[in-house]
Amino acid sequence: MVERHSGTVYNLALRLMNNPQEAEEVLQETFISAYRALDRFEGRSKLGTWLYRIAYNAALMRLRKRRVPTSSIDEPLLTEDGEAMPRQLVDWTSLPDEILLSGELRGVLDEAVAKLSETLRGVFVLRDIEGLSTAETAAILDLTEANVKVRLHRARLALREQLTTYFAPTGRVGARGGAYVRAV
Amino acid sequence: MSVLCRETLGMLSEYLDGELDEQLCAELERHMAECGDCRVVVDTLRKTVALYHTHGHRDVPADAKARLYAVLSLETGS
Repeated sequence: MVERHSGTVYNLALRLMNNPQEAEEVLQETFISAYRALDRFEGRSKLGTWLYRIAYNAALMRLRKRRVPTSSIDEPLLTEDGEAMPRQLVDWTSLPDEILLSGELRGVLDEAVAKLSETLRGVFVLRDIEGLSTAETAAILDLTEANVKVRLHRARLALREQLTTYFAPTGRVGARGGAYVRAV
Repeated sequence: MSVLCRETLGMLSEYLDGELDEQLCAELERHMAECGDCRVVVDTLRKTVALYHTHGHRDVPADAKARLYAVLSLETGS
């Protein structure tokens, strides 16, 4: 159970808490709770779903206690009908190897996810980083599948904006400044 | 952004996930063939998803895993 599921539990906790120490504590809490309640696991859901739900709830409890106000990036510009609009239109898809192979990329990716609100972060981590299905993600987070899809889309658009700001060609805005980024 | 661009934007995740029905998929691709802005958005959105898929996961640090096994062995008495 630990070998198979600790990775996803840890990643979910790490992204939600933004703190390795607290992520480790959530990891331990999750498996201790699971072992104590294993005889009550009824098998109506998959073991992984059950475990990730325990982890998510443990992380949420901690976040509520922490009560630190956070600013998130997922406040997109909205059209009249409520659709999020992209703010930056520049193609940065051809990233040089020096970025792909460096630790810099991981740092940029981590920082961007950390700026998402908690409600989007959980969905994005489970769906796009850990590769869980929409149905399983919905069960873990106690959401409808439609809600998972909406949140995933908003998370992706918000992260795209963040990465565009960083990776835009002719000089990453965050690093060197001066990128040509056409706002719409 | 045109009305078509806005409609396209709302469907991009389903498009990338292969969940869009055939007719909508064809309409979206027709629009993207003519709209450079939407092409940039879909390409960079696809790249964003791919980067996280490949580089987003963080392994449990070895020392954290060792501590987890230690507390579980105390818990289970094994």
